[in-house]
Parts: sequence; C-alpha cells; structure tokens
Amino acid sequence: MVRRNLRRSVAAMAALALVAAACGGDDAEEPEGDDTEVEDTEDGAEEEAEEEAGSEEPAEDDAAGEDAEEEAAGIEGCAIEDLALLEAGQLTVGTGDPVFPPWMLNDDPAGGEGFENGIVYALAEELGFAEEDVVWVGQTFEEAIAPGTKPYDFAIQQISVTEDREEIVDFSMVYYQPDKALLALPDSPVVGATSLEELVDAEWGATLGTTDLDYIENIIGAEGVAVFDDQATTFQALLGGNIDATVISFPTALFATAVQIPEAQIVASLPADPNDTGHGLLFEDGNPLVDCIDQGLERIIDAGVVEALTEEYLIGDADVVEITG
Amino acid sequence: MSDERAAPAGPARRAGPRPPVKATLTPRERYLPAAISVVSTVVVFGLLFRVVTSAENWPLIQRQFFNLEAMRESLPAVFSGFLVNMGVWVVALVLIALFGIVIAVFRSLTGPWAAPLRVFAVVYIDLLRGVPSILLVLLFGLGVPALNLPGVTDSRLFWGAMALILGYSAYTSEVYRSGIEAVPDGQRAAAKALGLTQWQTLRYSILPQAVRNVIPALLNVAVALQKDVALLSVIGAREAVREAQIFTARTFNFSSYLVATGLFLLATIPMARLTDWVTRRDQERRLQRTL
Repeated sequence: MVRRNLRRSVAAMAALALVAAACGGDDAEEPEGDDTEVEDTEDGAEEEAEEEAGSEEPAEDDAAGEDAEEEAAGIEGCAIEDLALLEAGQLTVGTGDPVFPPWMLNDDPAGGEGFENGIVYALAEELGFAEEDVVWVGQTFEEAIAPGTKPYDFAIQQISVTEDREEIVDFSMVYYQPDKALLALPDSPVVGATSLEELVDAEWGATLGTTDLDYIENIIGAEGVAVFDDQATTFQALLGGNIDATVISFPTALFATAVQIPEAQIVASLPADPNDTGHGLLFEDGNPLVDCIDQGLERIIDAGVVEALTEEYLIGDADVVEITG
Repeated sequence: MSDERAAPAGPARRAGPRPPVKATLTPRERYLPAAISVVSTVVVFGLLFRVVTSAENWPLIQRQFFNLEAMRESLPAVFSGFLVNMGVWVVALVLIALFGIVIAVFRSLTGPWAAPLRVFAVVYIDLLRGVPSILLVLLFGLGVPALNLPGVTDSRLFWGAMALILGYSAYTSEVYRSGIEAVPDGQRAAAKALGLTQWQTLRYSILPQAVRNVIPALLNVAVALQKDVALLSVIGAREAVREAQIFTARTFNFSSYLVATGLFLLATIPMARLTDWVTRRDQERRLQRTL
C-alpha cells in the first residue's frame, strides 16, 4: 500500500517534470535534473515510475497536477495542518540529554549528524516539515517513561519496544534492531569465551533502563548483575574492575571502545535476543500521530534512508569473535 | 467516670476554692467533638480523593502506579532487594554507633596530648558531614575498588556501605557530643573529686549519662539511615529501590515503586513508634527522679 503510494508520488513528480519540460520547451536534460531529486528511491521504482509516467501521463495528469506539490513533501491524509501536533506546524521531538554518538553526534540533535537525528530529519522532510520546524526537547529516561502529558510529539532515544511498555505508551514501528556486543577489558575472564555458558560466572554490570540487563539475565543467564544509573558509571565500574564485563548494543560499543573507554575491547558479538524487537519512537498513549509517523517511517525505510544512515553511522569494521549460542 | 470527676472536690485533697465541676456531660458535649472530628476528616480526605481521582490523567496514573498485578509481579525482586537494605542497615547501625562514640570521645578529650585526636575528630567531621552521602557512596564505591589496593576487598557493596558508615558516624558523633556536653559540669567535678582519671570519668560518669540523653536522637538517625541505604543503588547494588527501578524501566510501570514504599514504611513506622516509646519512657523516668 505504502509502496504504491511511493511509486505514485514518484510517478507524479516525473509526470510533472515532463509537463514542465513540454511547456517550457527546454532541452531534454530537465527530466534528468528532476531524477536526482528523487535519488533516494530505489532504482527499480524510479525506472518503473518513469515508464508509468510515460504511458499513463494523460490519465494521471489531472490528479498529479493537483497533488503533486503536496505529495512531493507530505503523506496523503497527513498534511501538517491536520496533524495533532503539540505545537502547530512544529515537530517537537524528545531525546536524551546529553545525547551520545553514534546515535547523535556532538551532543547536538539539531546538528543533524548522527543516526537517530538523521532519521528524524528524513522523517520530517517526508512529512513536509522544514528543517527549522523540528524542535528538540531534552529529557532523562525517567522522564520519558513518566506518566502524564509528554512535552513532545514523540521521543527517539534507542527505546526498545516491548509488550509491557506498550500498555503504558505507544510506539511507532521498529526502525532499528541493533546487535549486542560483549565489552570487557583485555584481562577480563570473559576474553576468549566462545559460548554463552562460559560467560555465566563472570561479574556482570549493565545500565538501568536498557535491554542489556534483560539480555545478561535472560540470554546469558547470569545472576547478581550490578545495575548502574548510566552508561558512564557502568564504564567506570568496568575500568575499576568492579565488573568483569557488560553487554551493550554493537554501535554503542564501537563508539565506546574508540572514544570513551579505549582500554576496553569488544570481546565478541552475541546472538540476538528473540524477545528484543528493536528500537521504536515513543508516543504518549493514544497519540493519533502514530499512524502518520508510521507511514512516514515506512517510506524512509523503504527508500533506503535508514539503511544509508546505518551504513554511515552504525557500521564499523570490528573483527570480533561471534558467539552464537 | 462521673463519680471520679466529682471526687477531687473533696476537702482532703487540697484546701482552697473548689474547682467548678459538672457531674455529667450533656450528650452534646460528649459526642459533638468526636462527630466534628469524624465528619471533617471524612470531608477533607473525601474531597482530596475526589480532586485526585477526577484528574484527567487519573486512569493513566492508576494503571501506571496502582496496578495490583504489576505490584505482585515486582514484589519478589523488590523484597529480595529489601533484604539487602536491611542487612546493610543492621551492620552499619552497629558500626556507626561504635565509631560515632569514638569520634565524639576524641573530640571531647582535654589536654595537650589529646590535640592530634581532637584535630582528627574536627577534620573528620567537617569533611564527612560536609559531603552529600550520594557523593561519598560514589567516591568510595567506585573509587576505592578502582585503586586495586593489595589485600583490600574490591566489593562495591562493602565500600558503599563503608561510605555510609563513615558519613553517618560524623553525624552521630555530633549527636553524642551534644549528649556529652549536656551532662552537667558538676558531674566532672565530682568525678575528679573522687580521684577518677579522665578516662574513668568518661567511662563511668559522663558517657552513660550522655548516651541516655541522646537515645531518641540516635533512633532518629537510625530511621534516616534505613532509607539512605537506598543510595547504594548508584553503585549498582541491587537493593529495593534499584529493583523497583529495574522493573519500572522494563515495563514503564511505576507500581514497583509503591511496593518499595510499602516495604520501607513497614520497617520505618515501627521504628518511629519505638522512638516515641523510648522517649516517653525516658521522660517519665526523669520526672519521677525529680519528684
């Protein structure tokens, strides 16, 4: 359904371009110039779209002519003025304070550099918001889950979607599912482990509010896991020898070992947790925005934007042991 | 009842004008105050309840804070965490009571030879009382194990508890000192006249009286400590509050906090009653002594 919408909008743009070319009577380069504007879409879709545009031009013309401008920046039924936004005309987005790479770089969500703010800006563009209409609100994790009115339209903070949580808040579709990494100092007893059983007896630590703790308890099966307030404390405990190892998401581990705690290393990548479905955007329970945001998300995922952002920010060459079970 | 009220009017008790005495209370006098108390209490709390429950977000709050199922689900973990709280509390309490009195004695010693001990006590109290407990816990709990000292445990729980013990000892020693200073000077003079040494004076005369003076204040410190053990959560200890936080983070449901609240109240309210009782008993004893 959404895929079809996408094609139609591409078709509409191509049609518009053709019309423009025909009217202007300029040289044949114009349609190509337009093509670069939709470079995010898959090649197949583009080609198909052009074909469609060529063959169906008369039929589509009317509809395309009307919708084209709005559709090029927006989703049907989700015009900005119709959205139930916190502040009219603005997309108010909650996130952590501070924010951490690689999810957002330079502790500056509005800078647009980073995986999650990259997604938000792509999503905003898809919905037809100008870049300056995206407003960021900093919050702690506790604030994100506190009951009551939320001071934003949605929050993005590597929040994992779970069934329990869904009873209290609403989530968008999952936009990313990170792998888990095993992080430890080089002299830790977990170094060299090749199976999960070898990890059980280590002294574990994790950060409060992460699925890392669930992973250590449920998948590795360790007991007496120390739970720290934030990642900085967990890393300090690791450095101080308080704990032998921790589990964090792979992208975070790449950044952490490069910048925050170069003394530590990614010992291994770990098998996926079947109960961990991945990160979603968090909404106040019953927020009617979810539907439109989901459509937008689906479009940018289909268009390969999320994949490109993943490539850009979350993938690194880590040559590590893979523990599979 | 009414007979008794009339009884003191007898001339045997005391001479002078009779106090005005009424044989019986009218029903109005007897029941009206009680009725007013009951009605006003019901009205005030009823209105409060109405205001709270009429809030637009009340159903949400109810689901997120007063969810019985979530409470049941989180109880085992929170309770096992609470046992950690209680364990640390009992051990810390004993050590604080001892260590606090040592510091207080150091500080109240007189004479030039005791100067280093006095200086130590003053510096110790200034430093450890002046730093927020949470910082002490973080510094000791994460810092000391990181030093990797040979022959010293690197248990976070040990060092975190140590931070509480050292911090609370500073407070407690000041409580003891106030008790020591409240002992009348005549007691020291009397002890000296009997030929007791400074140490003997402290041991047999001053301290027993001082400690008795400050028992209610010490129990108050004990209640405060009971709650402050929750600070150990910042260094990763799985005590009651941290277990509740873990549940909340996992489910976004705050009912586990209420479970922890309930457990703490179960432990602290008896402590408060005990404090009241000890205070009252002490008061009665003193009054009897002066009579």
